[in-house]
Amino acid sequence: MEIPSDETQISRPPTSWEKFADRVFRGLTYVFAWLAVLLVLYIAGQIAYYAWPAIQERGPGFVTGQTWDNNRDVYGILPEIWGTLYSSLLALIVGTSFGVVAAVFLSEGFLGGFLYRVLKIFGCQNHPVLGKLPSFLDSLLKNLIELLAAIPSVVYGLWGIFVVIPLIREPCNWIHEQFGWIPFFGTSLSGPGMLPAAVVLAIMILPTITAISRDALVAVPSKLREAAYGMGATRWEAIVSVIIPTASGAIFGSVVLALGRALGETMALAMLVGNANRISVSLFSPANTLAALLANNFPEAGPKEVAVLMYAALVLLAITLVVNFIGAWLLQRATAGLEGLR
Amino acid sequence: MTLVALVPLFSVIFMLVWRGSKQLSLGVFTELPPTAFEEGGGFGNAIVGTLAIVGIAALISVPFGILGAIYLSEADSENRLARSARFAAKVLSGFPSILAGVFAYGAMVIGARVWGWGGFSAIAGGVALSILMLPMILLTAENALHMVPRRMKEASYGMGATSTQTMLNVTLPTALPGILTGIMLAVARAAGETAPLLFTALFSNYWLMSNGKIDLLQPTASLAVLIYNFSSMPFENQIEMSWAAALVLVLLVLFMNLIGQAVSRRSIRA
Repeated sequence: MEIPSDETQISRPPTSWEKFADRVFRGLTYVFAWLAVLLVLYIAGQIAYYAWPAIQERGPGFVTGQTWDNNRDVYGILPEIWGTLYSSLLALIVGTSFGVVAAVFLSEGFLGGFLYRVLKIFGCQNHPVLGKLPSFLDSLLKNLIELLAAIPSVVYGLWGIFVVIPLIREPCNWIHEQFGWIPFFGTSLSGPGMLPAAVVLAIMILPTITAISRDALVAVPSKLREAAYGMGATRWEAIVSVIIPTASGAIFGSVVLALGRALGETMALAMLVGNANRISVSLFSPANTLAALLANNFPEAGPKEVAVLMYAALVLLAITLVVNFIGAWLLQRATAGLEGLR
Repeated sequence: MTLVALVPLFSVIFMLVWRGSKQLSLGVFTELPPTAFEEGGGFGNAIVGTLAIVGIAALISVPFGILGAIYLSEADSENRLARSARFAAKVLSGFPSILAGVFAYGAMVIGARVWGWGGFSAIAGGVALSILMLPMILLTAENALHMVPRRMKEASYGMGATSTQTMLNVTLPTALPGILTGIMLAVARAAGETAPLLFTALFSNYWLMSNGKIDLLQPTASLAVLIYNFSSMPFENQIEMSWAAALVLVLLVLFMNLIGQAVSRRSIRA
């Protein structure tokens, strides 16, 4: 093909070296995509490999056993499974109620609206600086909630030890003396225990719930809201009976994802839950969780205990995987359900 | 209730500033941790250790994540491998952090003994953290690469560029701010992680050196593990030290978060 030589040519076909480099680079990205898949299989496979001797030796009895004793070679993780589920459930109850309310508050812009009305009284709602304050405060509030997620969990643990426990010990012991016949308050709080761990855990999962729920509430089509107002609903009625039900799928998905986080959370629980091998419904009793068990026993584990701990890790992996699958599936279904409303 | 939800945040920040700043001096950045009844001391080695471990983790996960993301962003929606890789990354992002530590313990601490090395080391800690960073980097990078307008790529193809040249010269530079945001957020999260380091990097009271040379194959201190270890000690000085370390760690994490957000704000404007 003849190319006119009086023009400078920018476009030209690739040389064979460039074609070769292209193939190599594409191959490289292909390999790394495969590696990401293989990594997950490798992690699960490796934990299972190290756990295999313990699985063969102990079988399902390991999951139902209640004692953990190195010297007698008796291991069981039922108290830890109970503690993991119980602490997560308690945290979920507290975290969900606060998290969803915060999400509604943020998505409806209540703070900004309130400030706007205050400014209007003084007649300065269109002031160049003050007029921007409502939307500024709304985004500040959202960022502050997200900041809760940025604080490392070990710092929450430290805060729990030196702030939460001293703060709640007296009231909790008073409740125990007055209402000790109720099983939830059946023991006194001597320091670390289930309640402080659950409270701190609730604070840690709150940002997850709030962020996803807020996005879902904002995504509710305004048509629905307007239809509710058109029927004569008050703002409160519209929120409770139209907007929240519409976003409920995504809210529920966020709660399940938060549960996945709570189940796997380690540090705050290892520092606050008390590491006691017992099953109790009392909120004030020390307990233990799977993740805290791993954190406490791995550093000094001998070969035999490593196999047992790997078995415990496998159980934790199975629990969190199931919970995360359910959460992701719910979220996907919820977003798909909204498509038809737009 | 929203305001009640913010009370813990302010309480944490207040305690950090109040109790953390008491001990904060130049010495804590340069001195070694105090022993049982010693006064003063610092955690210079833990700061160096945290930076080293996170650096190793970034060295593994950043190239891995970006190359994987390039494949995912170029693959069409029917691509089986891309779908399963995306799924794998999502599974990993919901992974309890302690299990990353369990994996690194199996692979690096006891597994690597087959080749004559292994044991608790900065490298094992880095491997554990890289598993937590990988899905964040991969998924945000894929998102950023998807945002690059089609027209720009097509213009490049029209000039006769191969898809590699298009990727390296056009798509990647355009998506860079978004990718950097993901990296900074992943680094910030990794710096605060404790659980995976407890039994991979372990802890050390000394600098990251042996015989005057930097040694990445020995137990390594980190800020997060120092906070955990010192918080349960009965000595006042150690507890004060863990508050100071917590303040430094939170400032470090927030600083990296802010950089990440600043970069992403610039990318939106561009």
